Amino acid sequence: MIRSDIIKELASTIKDTLTVCNIGLPSQEMHMIDDQPSNFYMLGTMGLASSIGLGLALAQKSKVLVIDGDGSVLTNMGTLPTIANNVADNYVLLIIDNGSYGSTGDQPTYAGKLTSLTKVAEACGCKNVIECKAEDTVQVVKDALAGDKMTVIVSKCESGNIKVPVITMDPVVIRDRFMKTVAAQNA
Amino acid sequence: MSVDNVIIDGFVNNKVEFITTVPCKQLGGVIDAAEKHPDIYHIPSNKEDEGMGLCAGAFMGGKRSAIIMQNTAIGVTINTLVTLTQYYRMPLPMLISYRGELGEPVACQAEMAVHTKALLAQINIPTYHFHKQSDADEFDKILKYTFMCNKPVAILTDASFWGGY
Repeated sequence: MIRSDIIKELASTIKDTLTVCNIGLPSQEMHMIDDQPSNFYMLGTMGLASSIGLGLALAQKSKVLVIDGDGSVLTNMGTLPTIANNVADNYVLLIIDNGSYGSTGDQPTYAGKLTSLTKVAEACGCKNVIECKAEDTVQVVKDALAGDKMTVIVSKCESGNIKVPVITMDPVVIRDRFMKTVAAQNA
Repeated sequence: MSVDNVIIDGFVNNKVEFITTVPCKQLGGVIDAAEKHPDIYHIPSNKEDEGMGLCAGAFMGGKRSAIIMQNTAIGVTINTLVTLTQYYRMPLPMLISYRGELGEPVACQAEMAVHTKALLAQINIPTYHFHKQSDADEFDKILKYTFMCNKPVAILTDASFWGGY
């Protein structure tokens, strides 16, 4: 299974969940497979999906799912101690770990070599860290969203990409419809 | 009232409830005041771009946010300011210690000081410079301006403002 297979399987489960999608292909795939106003697409700024999601989770009550990648977490490794030390039980961080920088042509990341993001997250103090196979990801995400514990999921999958169009939606439109959804869910 | 409390009260009076910080020697007092204030959720960041991500999320969650950081961080946050904060039109007050100005004992700090205003100008960030403590009288208006126009706004605060080292 590659990342787009996981996102395809995940789409119906997270339809109404506030979802922060990582830059590049994860956002483009989510947008193509099931565009929802509850999705916040990152059009730039590699690495910050987990931080945006944490700020969002701390500021309001609805559940927040972040679809991140191993490359982006490596870029912003300081995010994991911040997550661990600012517990938001409505926050689920899904790191789709395909061991490569998918959006730039599948160059290998260190997470696909000797570095375990699961162990890094645990060492940073994150309490509920689950490493799972690609095939089990949807169930693990479902359980995490149904629970009330901040969870970090590292889903190990194969590298590879499908062809997807770029997102042409204006960033202010993405932000505006997302904020209206957040407000409605918290009303 | 200490200038640290003037700043924090300014934030609170403008309903800023979520503040992220990366420390600087000059900012020790204001960071302590943020940590102690019951109406502020203070979340230290490991790096300033991470902090801007946290602020973006908090803003979309309905809470006004702000970052407190050193001017050296302008060098590592330009991409985030441009492709996140400005691109999505989000307000972000940035209270910045302006190291490398008069009274600076560390020579290396002058190196980023000479680029600070030029970099902020290059990316069209409205920039204010607090040199005397009375300059903080404008802080309330600057915050109101920031949330009116949905832009990142820089408030540079030098050693003279904070009362030296």
